[in-house]
Amino acid sequence: MKKEIFEPFNISDNNFEQCVKCTICTVYCPVLEVNPDYPGPKQSGPDGERLRLKDPNFFDEALSLCMNCKRCEVACPHGVKIGDIIQLARIKHSKKKPKLRDMILANTDIVGTMASTFAPIVNPIVALKPVRQIMDGVLKIDHHRIFPKYAGMRFETWYKRYAAKKQNDFKKHVSYFHGCYVNYNFPQQGKDLIKIMNAAGYGVHLLEKEKCCGVALISNGLINQATKQARHNVEAFKKSIVGLKRPVISTSSTCIFTIRDEYPHLLGVKNEEIRDESELATRFLFRLIDSGDLKLVFKKDYKKRIAYHTPCHMEKLGWSIYSTSLLKMIPGVDFMALESRCCGIAGTYGFKKENYETAQGVGKPLFDQIDGSDVDFVATDCETCKWQIEMSTSKKVEHPISILAAALDVEATMKLWQE
Amino acid sequence: MKFDNIIIGGGLSGLTCGIKLAEQGRKCAIISSGQSAIHFFSGSFDLLGRVHGEEVVNPIESMASLAATHPYQRVGVDNISRLATEAPELLERAGLKFFGIATKNHFVLTPMGIMKPTWLTIDDFTPFENKNAFPWKKAAILNFSGFLDFHTLFIQDGLKKFNVESQIKNFAMKEFEAIRRNPSEMRSTNIAKVFDQGNALEEFAQKVNQLSEGFEVVILPAVFGLFTKNIATALKAKVNKPVVLLPAIPPSVPGIRSQILLRKRFEALGGTYFLGDNVKDGVIENNKLLAIFTNNHADIKLEADQFILASGSFYSKGIVATRDKLYEPILGLDIDGDTDNNKWLDSKFFNDQPYMHYGVKTDSNFRALRNGKTIENLYVAGSVLGGANALKEGSGAGISLLTSLHVAEQLLK
Repeated sequence: MKKEIFEPFNISDNNFEQCVKCTICTVYCPVLEVNPDYPGPKQSGPDGERLRLKDPNFFDEALSLCMNCKRCEVACPHGVKIGDIIQLARIKHSKKKPKLRDMILANTDIVGTMASTFAPIVNPIVALKPVRQIMDGVLKIDHHRIFPKYAGMRFETWYKRYAAKKQNDFKKHVSYFHGCYVNYNFPQQGKDLIKIMNAAGYGVHLLEKEKCCGVALISNGLINQATKQARHNVEAFKKSIVGLKRPVISTSSTCIFTIRDEYPHLLGVKNEEIRDESELATRFLFRLIDSGDLKLVFKKDYKKRIAYHTPCHMEKLGWSIYSTSLLKMIPGVDFMALESRCCGIAGTYGFKKENYETAQGVGKPLFDQIDGSDVDFVATDCETCKWQIEMSTSKKVEHPISILAAALDVEATMKLWQE
Repeated sequence: MKFDNIIIGGGLSGLTCGIKLAEQGRKCAIISSGQSAIHFFSGSFDLLGRVHGEEVVNPIESMASLAATHPYQRVGVDNISRLATEAPELLERAGLKFFGIATKNHFVLTPMGIMKPTWLTIDDFTPFENKNAFPWKKAAILNFSGFLDFHTLFIQDGLKKFNVESQIKNFAMKEFEAIRRNPSEMRSTNIAKVFDQGNALEEFAQKVNQLSEGFEVVILPAVFGLFTKNIATALKAKVNKPVVLLPAIPPSVPGIRSQILLRKRFEALGGTYFLGDNVKDGVIENNKLLAIFTNNHADIKLEADQFILASGSFYSKGIVATRDKLYEPILGLDIDGDTDNNKWLDSKFFNDQPYMHYGVKTDSNFRALRNGKTIENLYVAGSVLGGANALKEGSGAGISLLTSLHVAEQLLK
């Protein structure tokens, strides 16, 4: 008998009619737990969708309280795309215009370019208390928030000056979607990735020109701009994946999630040709190791106790196993898994004054767990989780790739495949 | 990715199997398409409640009269009897305490106000020895104002049959004002979260004592202790008379706590639980399942020496019926059920519906068949097995728990 594929009839694009009203999603919504003004995933998603189809006036602006963490989708036993239904409803029906503040927070590319150019001036100024008070009062960016520091030299600039040339010495190649954070705030993470990939025998290249993945534009309602950037990125990915046969890897879980899933689901930008070969670096490395094509050698003196936090979009992708497996391969790592819970920041959500209390309330159980642990630091794949955890707990946060880079014996690893 | 055993399905059956195997040192993974039906847990596991329309007193004894195709008969009544002692012990190691034995059903009061026979009852709830009597004569039925998932009138009507005089009282507390603002979200789990996070319990217990003055027993919805059992225990200590908790409409607070504890136990034993993923396909060669592919892991295959299918029945899409076809959607396994769709349904809704007995076909060792041939390392457990109408018999949880333990034993041999 040939295998049958489950394809029920008359399913709408976002399958709201597959909801059986079991209410399981409401148990796992981190917002509902702390902010009763949010109608919750069931009411906002499949229940509300039925009403909105009859009359768009049923749209409730309180849907903007959804953090788009997708934990409702992970919990749903019937595969209803609850988070997508809510985000699409916002895109379609919201009458709220993005404020100046939203545009500043969402345009990570433009703001990043300006800020990193004047990094020595910008960093100390935005860290000043009076400035944060003004941003709080005028822009409604909560004064508790400290902006991530901007790097003096962007990752792209560094790459072109110091790394680009030798990448062609390798036989195998990948492209790297570094994202805004690595480019403007933390080039070291990109350097760490190049170190590991080179040690593994891969040359690392930049895309012809990458643009911000657009996740912040989507969540701030700047849909036209997000769609434009999505189309641009898909073309850039195509040139690498289809044209040059180079897969694209990234170190940001949210960027890669947005490109793989939010582009087609929320923006209607098709990505079939590139989706399978756009992934996280930890997944790329895991596959190589799992299939026996790569062996990493680690330093003997690297000893750390590390707790791993699963970012919401990693939970949705189901990919934290790759990052945690790699960390566990390091002999000197004493590993601890934190309960998979939202940290509350949700990108730009937690920066907004009106969301500050919700964001910290959502994250509290995670913060308590981290502060109660005796780890050296926390590992996670998402940059905004990192800011939130570093602001709200006593621990520092490192990316798994940076941890691998610190623990890797580069020469011994290279020797294995050079021989 | 390589494991010793991979279990498809993360509900009661899959978790039981996973825990048992992991306890024996197997490296296991569970793949679950979403959160499971344990979220609808009533608080009791039934083994066998009714056979041929008669209420069962001793489930083990009554099993002898079940059809030879029934999962209990196929496991063997002796084995069932032994595993029925093992099951609560396994649950207790996960932090879940139950009352009850397999040779004598006890009774629980349902939220419809009737006494129902059952096997194991979690210690949040009150087991009764006698189905015709309620031990107290004056009951205070208390509910949270605005909480619509607890139907107090049904309970009051039910208690009248036991000559119990009862009074229904609703009360409000400022701690619950916030969640009341959102009437559709005033659910048992949200009430439980207020207790879990804050200091509402002290004032609540005082209120309960006040409102139940002059009564012998307090009846409350089971909304205590979502992430920790302590709240339910503390409540009973603080209230100055017996407290009988009754299940509210799902999501079930003791159920979610059970799911969390079972998963934690499985993970503490080294198990990997993949939530929100679906198995798309498998590689079968020479009647052996070598690997499976999932949505999230795509080209990265998941390999194991043995696999267990515990994917549930129709509701969980473990088997699927379209207008004209009945099939197993993951691997295209053989189905034990009628190909003629006219025979699926009995036109009388409350009759024993034929489709309720359908499931995946297996050999005598509970291994799945495909195109008539046994897949040597693919075992089947839980409600995807078929062969019983769990709803009519009151046997769903028993089949899930005990076929899983049996299959795990086959695998460990």
